[in-house]
Amino acid sequence: MSAISREDLVHLARLAHIEMGDAELDKMTGELGVIVDAIASVSEVASSDIPATSHPIPLNNVFREDVVGQTLSIDEVLLNAPDSDSDRFKVPAILDGE
Amino acid sequence: MSELIHLSASELATKLHSGEVTSVQAVQAHLDRIAEVDGAINAFLHVNAEEALAVAAEVDAIRAAGGEAAQALHPLAGVPIAIKDLIVTKGQPTTAASKMLEGWMSPYDATVIEKIRAAKLPMLGKTNLDEFAMGSSTEHSAFGVTRNPWDLNRIPGGSGGGSAAAVAAFEAPLALGTDTGGSIRQPGAVTGTVGVKPTYGAVSRYGAIAMASSLDQIGPVSRTVLDSALLQELIGGHDPKDSTSLPNSLEGLVAAAVEGTAGDLTGVRVGIIKELQGEGYEPGVQARFEESLELLKSAGAEIVQVSCPNFKYALGAYYLIMPSEVSSNLAKFDGVRYGNRVLPQEGPMTIERVMGATRAAGFGDEVKRRIILGTYALSAGYYDAYYGSAQKVRTLIQRDFDAAFEAADVLISPTAPTVAFELGSKTDDPLAMYLNDVATIPANLAGVPGITVPGGLSEGLPVGIQFLAPAYEDKRLYKVGAALETLLEQRSGHSFISQAPSIDAATIGQKG
Repeated sequence: MSAISREDLVHLARLAHIEMGDAELDKMTGELGVIVDAIASVSEVASSDIPATSHPIPLNNVFREDVVGQTLSIDEVLLNAPDSDSDRFKVPAILDGE
Repeated sequence: MSELIHLSASELATKLHSGEVTSVQAVQAHLDRIAEVDGAINAFLHVNAEEALAVAAEVDAIRAAGGEAAQALHPLAGVPIAIKDLIVTKGQPTTAASKMLEGWMSPYDATVIEKIRAAKLPMLGKTNLDEFAMGSSTEHSAFGVTRNPWDLNRIPGGSGGGSAAAVAAFEAPLALGTDTGGSIRQPGAVTGTVGVKPTYGAVSRYGAIAMASSLDQIGPVSRTVLDSALLQELIGGHDPKDSTSLPNSLEGLVAAAVEGTAGDLTGVRVGIIKELQGEGYEPGVQARFEESLELLKSAGAEIVQVSCPNFKYALGAYYLIMPSEVSSNLAKFDGVRYGNRVLPQEGPMTIERVMGATRAAGFGDEVKRRIILGTYALSAGYYDAYYGSAQKVRTLIQRDFDAAFEAADVLISPTAPTVAFELGSKTDDPLAMYLNDVATIPANLAGVPGITVPGGLSEGLPVGIQFLAPAYEDKRLYKVGAALETLLEQRSGHSFISQAPSIDAATIGQKG
């Protein structure tokens, strides 16, 4: 198990869409290193013959009738939008450069 | 009317039913208490006075009119309740204690809120928490810390420190919490209150802002075991809006609590988990734990030893699975559809850069740590070693529980390794903070229910005793929990919470 390097962290922050300054990157690199060391022990016991559990209570797929249920009105949907135009969310430019 | 705030929810319900007091009087007494002490405690992020009084007046009118409508009122109708601000409510802001959602108004109610409205419990307001329920001290709230009513310089636990402190400080007789790794039980332990994490799926999660969906569970917070049973019966049951909700309601919770108050545990096998005591647990915590075992034995319980050897890997598995789910669940906060948008200081205003600036400004340090950690655990090259291994540990922990429940009907441990620690003492050491949940996390990984009940004081601060039961057997917790509560009361001659220091202008002046 390798610790998280500063370069790794820059990459992870980009993947997670969180802008980080130099001081924040330095601090978090150290903190994550300590945490990863502490939790890496899980691989000691995770041998190949043990099945993985993704959900605590076994449930089968849950289906419902394909009918329209309760929905929100457009006004309710847009109530908390930072920016909207008529019936739509207004999104900043997807691509750089005009 | 100040004595009204000292009644348990069930005592208050009895007085409301008999007409001795009105719901408006009860709600007003709690609003007055909030006005008096919450400046110091900071349990509430929002106080919902107007609506709470309106619902109370409605209940009073129905009761005064009598007839079928009065007969049909829920037993808890008119009893006020506080709501953890992770649960969405129409008409009140829901923030998850994050700047990301400051001022956000949910367009819908959580299923538990619909049930509370239908039963006509006046909602006093929304309680403080660690941001998005990530923390064990409520110090990670974007809106200030909550203080422990037993000592205003100490933490109230977390993430549900607001709900636990509100109930401990007599600002509310009941509250709702959420428990992902101990966020109901650990605050309960350090504030001397009762809290229950039901079996996973026993209470709908619809409308609880998701942190880690395979671990999250809504549950009751109260001052007595019976009150938690009453509240779980009200909020529990299948919900078509939550595909992980159990198909059947859990029955007999209140009856089990009532049965427990007889204090007879003849034939009940209580298993001590070897791995959840001793090293790392404060001597005062260990002493109260051992006294509780003696009391249970004196009531007829058979005490057995069980070993859960894989519990030592639970914390590691939890801090891989939970952040992985966090990184996915919190991806929705993109500054486009809801939540606050922050623009970059300079450069092109593309969606990607707006998202980066929004999430940098909107999330606090602990939330960022968990998102990054989860992104790492799920990334190519590490997935099998981390997330995959953690899921296997989850299987091993379930097997440990299965074996333990062959030998015992319920398991017992201290709820938290220490009493409430001082504010600020662990905020610079994330790993030390994580260790607070070492005894509560296994239940979430396995989906089994757990309760914390007060087990006495250590150096003047509450110690919590945790019981765990097999999945679907929440009623066992209510029986043994109520029994321990009764036995401790009989031994001391008073209720546990009556030892809490009174909070008034003088004590508030002493806070550090």
